[in-house]
Amino acid sequence: MSGVTARDVWREFRTSRMGIAGIIILAGLILMSLLTMSLIPLETFREWTNPANWLSYPKTALPAWVNVFLAEDMPEHQILHASGSESADLGGVYLYSETFELDYTYGDFPGGFIYEYEAEYAGAPLLEMTVLRPDGMRLDVLSRPLPPVRETAMHSERVFSTDSAIHKNLVLGSDSFGFETDFLAAESIIFSDAESGEPLQGVYVFTINLYGNEPDGHISGSTLVIDGKVFGIMGTDELRRDLVVGLLWGTPLALFIGLAVSIGSVVTGLVYGVYAGYRGKMVDESMMRFNDIVYALPALPFLVILAVTISNSIFLMVGFLMIFGWVGIAKVSRSMALQIKTRGYVEAAQMMGQKHSVIIFRHIIPQLLPYAFASIAISVPAAITTEAGLSFLGLGDPLFPTWGSILYDANTYGAAARGLWWWIVPPGMMIALTGLAFVFIGNALDAIVNPRLRR
Amino acid sequence: MGLKRYVASRVATLFGVLMVTLLLTIALVGSNMDIILKQGVAVQVREEIAHTPGLAASFESVEDFEKYVSDTIQRRILELGLDEPWYSPQRLGLSMYKILVLDFGYATFLTSDSGSAAVGDIIAEKLPKTILLFTTATVIISLIGIFLGALSGSKVGSVVDRITSSFAVVSSSFPVWWVGMLLIVLFAFAWEIFPARATPTIPADDPGYVGALLYHMTLPLITIVLIGFGAWAYLVRNFMVGVLQDDFIFAKKTMGIPRRRVIYKHALKNAAPPIVTILALSLSGSLGGAIITEAVFDWPGMGRLYFEAITVMDLPVIIGATYVLTAFFLISIFIADILYGYFDPRVRTAQ
Repeated sequence: MSGVTARDVWREFRTSRMGIAGIIILAGLILMSLLTMSLIPLETFREWTNPANWLSYPKTALPAWVNVFLAEDMPEHQILHASGSESADLGGVYLYSETFELDYTYGDFPGGFIYEYEAEYAGAPLLEMTVLRPDGMRLDVLSRPLPPVRETAMHSERVFSTDSAIHKNLVLGSDSFGFETDFLAAESIIFSDAESGEPLQGVYVFTINLYGNEPDGHISGSTLVIDGKVFGIMGTDELRRDLVVGLLWGTPLALFIGLAVSIGSVVTGLVYGVYAGYRGKMVDESMMRFNDIVYALPALPFLVILAVTISNSIFLMVGFLMIFGWVGIAKVSRSMALQIKTRGYVEAAQMMGQKHSVIIFRHIIPQLLPYAFASIAISVPAAITTEAGLSFLGLGDPLFPTWGSILYDANTYGAAARGLWWWIVPPGMMIALTGLAFVFIGNALDAIVNPRLRR
Repeated sequence: MGLKRYVASRVATLFGVLMVTLLLTIALVGSNMDIILKQGVAVQVREEIAHTPGLAASFESVEDFEKYVSDTIQRRILELGLDEPWYSPQRLGLSMYKILVLDFGYATFLTSDSGSAAVGDIIAEKLPKTILLFTTATVIISLIGIFLGALSGSKVGSVVDRITSSFAVVSSSFPVWWVGMLLIVLFAFAWEIFPARATPTIPADDPGYVGALLYHMTLPLITIVLIGFGAWAYLVRNFMVGVLQDDFIFAKKTMGIPRRRVIYKHALKNAAPPIVTILALSLSGSLGGAIITEAVFDWPGMGRLYFEAITVMDLPVIIGATYVLTAFFLISIFIADILYGYFDPRVRTAQ
């Protein structure tokens, strides 16, 4: 332990394949955090728990790359903008219409659709939506009067494919189909072959008509979102959130939690243990009894109570985790301090009348630094998994998208029993990967600085 | 210091810990507890008045009636001693004494499966299931771990050794509950072999209940064992490597005793003390983790009870469950300490 300089440690560390692997993974994670923090706008991270922000995303969509492995492509998410619009005067009735064109080439039905629009009108116009299918059939999708107004006013709305009126229209319109459509979802009726019920490929034209008895009624800023069944690199969850955003933001958060907790615990434990060992006698005895008590406290139940009764802020959580983290380190550094304080130079410093604090911080603690670094690396994974565990119980900070909270949401929506693997596998893999990086580094360092393990 | 004094000092420390835990728990939930108890009294008084016919009509004005109600509530609060805060010596003493004699009171929201609201009944119903799951898991983990550890410890650098060691390192950074979710995806969704929820659907008095319980236990059990045995095997391996370098092993080998016998009889016997000690400790450690593991699988044990109590803030259950969990935790630490002291005389004679 003594006489191991930083340079010695690094020279030996370079020869450890495990240590190098750990460093490479860690560097990758740090790079990922930096890219996230600089490239992804901070709003996405604040908006993580705001459902309104995610409405134009598909629901529980698989990652887009699964299409590579599938014979028939799953539909990708498409946000359509009006391809043309026109106004006409039909003799007392004014018509404004816009069309959306969709070339549908997928082997599966879309997950739904949302028509979002903003209409400016006077009077009480009628909004009508029809779709012209590749087989030439035209289906009525929706026909609804807009709220009547006297003066010109704006009205904005989102029409979901789950609307019961849409379903009713489509069931009525599809009576010539070769199969029963009563229990099919709206998107499955629109996009199915009238004979076989299989998805029908080709060009679909959605037409929106606004009939009004006053002129100048028009629609602006409208989009037709065709919900995909695949989206992005990581897919989306039940709340339509793009999982890649949560996973990326989770990286700096996990690194922060892991490092803050372990550095805090190791520094506290080191100073506490060395002080107890250095002072000895009654001070040592009473400090070690207190250590015993904290050691025997059941950590998880207490963390749960602390999170529930005091606060689940991520910064306080770091503090709570430190309460239970310093104990083991304190025990080991005490016994190391007991050995070091009998060495000649410590006794010499004492005889020279050096203050206790100077002896502890200048002569004893530097000797323990290699051990401290190894301990920091080794205790990071436990900190990360414990925080993830608390988040998984729903006790995490709701303002931060941590990996544990993604898994909490997954568990709440029964993702495991429903087989939504893309919601479960990546966050856990990230937790494990981060833990592994530090385990590798820690084990490699420990093998160098811990004489007991040298063979 | 003899073994007796060693035991006595450990008992004293652990009893101190138990008291500190209780005090901390009460301190953390105490202020909420006061509010809930007072609200409970108010609700009770209003209900009683509503159920006394003619009482409300006998008052001349609404103010008089309200005054009567608030007076009654105040009197009741005084009678129950709730006018003093939870940290007053009497109430703190009373709460601690009650819990010490295992009188946990009644739950605010939760009930046991048989319908009892007594916290003691609820815990008595859940505790055996947690013990069943985690003791079985620990036994299986230690059996696999000791066998694999002895095997790889006796052949350092072999394929078995390298696989065991890397498995131990890798599995230690996976959260148990996450592996549980993966196994649910695999075995309850992809191949429908085991149920995703570990609570049996048939009532507890059905003759098939035990079978159903064991069947539902399989998936959580596999999860805990899968994540646990690697670390164990690694630990046993390291002890074995140490013991196998001792002179007496060389002596046995040169005497011509078969290699297998040397490893499993002589070497393992000498590596036993630390192994047994850590076994007791790991059992207690897994009890804490039960809160999350049971939440994933919906296993009807103490962990899920604790989680449910936290979600609805059922304070008597929280206090009772913390006490029982701590007590179990401490008992296993105590057993570990005693075993350690028994096996290693240096511990009790030191200082």
